[in-house]
Amino acid sequence: MKSFEEILELLKSNFSGENDISSSKEGTEDIINVSPSMIKEVSKFLAQTGDLNFDSLILLSAVDDENGEKIKQEDESIDITGGTLSIYYHIESVKLVHKLILKVSVERENPVTISVSSVWGCANWHEREAFDMIGIIFNEHPDLKRILLPYDWEGGYPLRKDYRNPEFYNGMKVPY
Amino acid sequence: MGFLDKEFTQDNIVVTNLEALLNWARLSSIWQTTFGIACCAIEMMATSASHYDFDRFGVIPRPSPRQADVIIISGTVTFKMATRIKRIYEQMPDPKFVISMGSCSNCGGPYWEHGYHVLKGVDRVIPVDVYVPGCPPRPEALLEGLLKLQEKIRNESMIKSA
Ligand code: SF4
Repeated sequence: MKSFEEILELLKSNFSGENDISSSKEGTEDIINVSPSMIKEVSKFLAQTGDLNFDSLILLSAVDDENGEKIKQEDESIDITGGTLSIYYHIESVKLVHKLILKVSVERENPVTISVSSVWGCANWHEREAFDMIGIIFNEHPDLKRILLPYDWEGGYPLRKDYRNPEFYNGMKVPY
Repeated sequence: MGFLDKEFTQDNIVVTNLEALLNWARLSSIWQTTFGIACCAIEMMATSASHYDFDRFGVIPRPSPRQADVIIISGTVTFKMATRIKRIYEQMPDPKFVISMGSCSNCGGPYWEHGYHVLKGVDRVIPVDVYVPGCPPRPEALLEGLLKLQEKIRNESMIKSA
């Protein structure tokens, strides 16, 4: 079992690039921020280093940070430009009984990161959901397509804060 | 009851008109497409179970839409599901009936405003005969809905226009 500080030290000494690894505190949780280009390498390191052994991805979820510039439209809805979307990875070592939260932030206008499904198999569907709901693109994902909404859905990414219902889907009226 | 009350005193003769007889037969064996979507389906299953006993009205779940008379839309109709529902409905032979069970299939229910994935009422894709309100409706309410449907069938006519 390793403490958060020990894991952070290990990561910092192995990934020396600037801004690759940093830590922050959100609410009661300590979080390690990873840059999008490094997430796969960091995950591999965490999963395969003997005394870290993070063998399980508990969940992966995407969040709209809503920190861009908000522009009010005529119909009271908002448009957001700039800011970030974030992905949280909750990982655990079942064997060594320690947990960790990773966070990757990508730009709203260019939400591209790298898939970790080659490290943890279950990330496959989680990433498809993040793509489906928030619109994050995971490079190197084996099968990145919508998972909950219909494959031919063109109405956008519904969990973004500036989402607006399309008028019609396949001839069916969408708004109430 | 359509024709039993017109029974004559002689044992084995019953006088009725053909229409009443046909309607009585039809309304007494409404077979239901075995089909449930969301939480309302649990309540529909409870209605079918021994305590409420849908069977006493002749409602039998039939696992093929091609041999069913009624489809109970019991739950949230998502857009993905709506196209399937339409397809199942089109496979049913005429005359066919639709009971919309619960707020979701009546009008979108709790998802009416923020349900980006929910069709706001199944009547946007197929015609509905009886609406049963509630979230979910109790089994008694669904039974009431069925009685309403029976009433509708009883008053149908082959000759007079409705
Ligand atoms: S009406 Fe209520 S109980 Fe029925 S499917 Fe909708 S949410 Fe569930």
